[in-house]
Amino acid sequence: MEQIELKDSEYEIKKSKVLRTKQMTETEKYFEIELPGGESLDHEPGQFVEVSLLGVGEAPISVSSSPTKRGSFELVVRNTGKFTGALHKLEAGDEVGIRGPFGKGFPVRILEGNDLLFVAAGLGLVPLRSLINYVIDNRRDFGKVDILLGCKTPQNMLFNDEVDDWNKRLDVKLNCTVDQADPDWKGNVGLITSLIPGITLEPERTFAVVVGPPVMYKFVIAELLKKEIPERQILVSLERHMKCGLGKCGHCQIGNVYCCQDGPVFSYDKIKDIKEAL
Amino acid sequence: MQYVTIKKTDLDKFITELAKGQRVVAPVAKGSNKFAFEDVTSGEQVSIDHIPTILPPKKYFIPQFETLATFDTSKGQDMQPVVECEEMVLFGVHTCDLAGIQCLNMVFSERPKDINYLIRKNKITIVGYECNDYCDEFASCRLVHNHTPNGGYDLFMTDIGDKYIIHINTQAGDAIIEKSKLFAEATPPDLKALDALREEKRKIFANEVPVVHEKIPEMFDKSYNSKVWEQLGEKCLACGNCTNVCPTCYCFDVVDEPNLDLKTGKRYRRWDSCQNEGFAKVAGGESFREERAARQRHRYYRKFKYPMEKFSRLFCTGCGRCSRTCMAEINLKETLTQLVEEQDIKDTKAGRG
Repeated sequence: MEQIELKDSEYEIKKSKVLRTKQMTETEKYFEIELPGGESLDHEPGQFVEVSLLGVGEAPISVSSSPTKRGSFELVVRNTGKFTGALHKLEAGDEVGIRGPFGKGFPVRILEGNDLLFVAAGLGLVPLRSLINYVIDNRRDFGKVDILLGCKTPQNMLFNDEVDDWNKRLDVKLNCTVDQADPDWKGNVGLITSLIPGITLEPERTFAVVVGPPVMYKFVIAELLKKEIPERQILVSLERHMKCGLGKCGHCQIGNVYCCQDGPVFSYDKIKDIKEAL
Repeated sequence: MQYVTIKKTDLDKFITELAKGQRVVAPVAKGSNKFAFEDVTSGEQVSIDHIPTILPPKKYFIPQFETLATFDTSKGQDMQPVVECEEMVLFGVHTCDLAGIQCLNMVFSERPKDINYLIRKNKITIVGYECNDYCDEFASCRLVHNHTPNGGYDLFMTDIGDKYIIHINTQAGDAIIEKSKLFAEATPPDLKALDALREEKRKIFANEVPVVHEKIPEMFDKSYNSKVWEQLGEKCLACGNCTNVCPTCYCFDVVDEPNLDLKTGKRYRRWDSCQNEGFAKVAGGESFREERAARQRHRYYRKFKYPMEKFSRLFCTGCGRCSRTCMAEINLKETLTQLVEEQDIKDTKAGRG
């Protein structure tokens, strides 16, 4: 069979450079990445890229940095298998392939002028951070900002310094909880759902943005609905295996939507009737 | 000149002639009433009258293994995207399989376009072949209106007795006819014979499931929680045969294969199946369609509901392959009939023709 070289393949990767890495926790590693020639990734908060290591494979990874950070972008990757294991071996100066950004991110223009309630559990902080920092960098364009963070133990906490900075700001209100505390922990203990009842909000002008492990959504959404936040103002980012990123390979399909093209961000009213979504 | 004819006795000669100049693939008998599209060099190898082949001709449009890029990491992450393609004539494609190719065309030309598919597709010339009668009891082509040709071919052949009448649909098709001396212009009696045959087919082909085509998407709207899926789930072995043989199943996986030097290699895609256990699994280990019942339902919804919303078209071609190949005897006609009965929307008048 004849093999013809293609110039316009959707599978073409951009040869990118790892500028900086940092081991954040036992299993999570941070990467700062620069596209060729310092080109901008030009993403929306909540979008993802396909990260590639030729010979190992490719995987969808959420962009963690805000588009307001220019010149490079950031990823945080949990080591869960063959590909992410190989990625964890990369250090500053190494090369990595990038395709994207893909998908529909958070609807930032719709969020403008509204109060925001961010709910991030576990690794959910990684994609949500792209929006939180976007909002902080454009702070006067948004209303009241509440951030609820939850994770298993204090050792699993990501972006500690940055979270401390958010905590110190007068224009952001932060609440943290862990499932299991240690003697040094001074914050709340309990599931993230336990933080929601205590929040004061005006439901009609509040958008809740929720990102966390699949099992969490049902419970958090139930609490948010109790607060009378309208369904279309509850935004979630769903985790699926976006293998191709092009709406073709079928792995990320939920009902009739392809998570990689129609999502990963959805408003609750759009997916509540799709049985496989939550 | 839109129609030509060829004597039946000349068909072998024509195929042999055609295969001299280019790659020709056509249905070949494999024994036990099984057929497969294979490369042929002479007409004698071809079984023009065949039941649907084991694999549909989609294997030439989306190969089971397709290199997307070659790479060389000796100087970094260097890859070269490629397309694998070849000029060929696909000979003897039934109307159900023509419909299957039309479905794939829609999927892969939708943005973001799949350039690999689009380049390959335009190198394939298609010669269709009409079924004058049912292939077997598994087909449901009348239900989805694929028992008669709906385009999607360059040439289309119909058996009208001692000769085949051929509809020339494209310039590419005409080029094949022009090169051969075996064809004659169709006469008025030939065209009459074609009309008569189509009229006769209206009597032979009748809805295989007691429901009208238009009602199917509506029926699936109400079938999500049907007990039928549980029953299929209990039977299903999750082998993925049904999706492999389906002319409109196109899900795939992308895999890297390094060479022994561990520097060069290729990135390729290969057929995957939503029936496989790990198909909807994410990195944390959670699977979003863990139950076989949910996976079977997903397969049916990808034929009868989702594509209707996206492309205004059913993605079941009625070829019957999924039922023919299923080791657990899951039968599409039976499943649909069960759904019809469950909803009490049986339409006994659901038609002929």
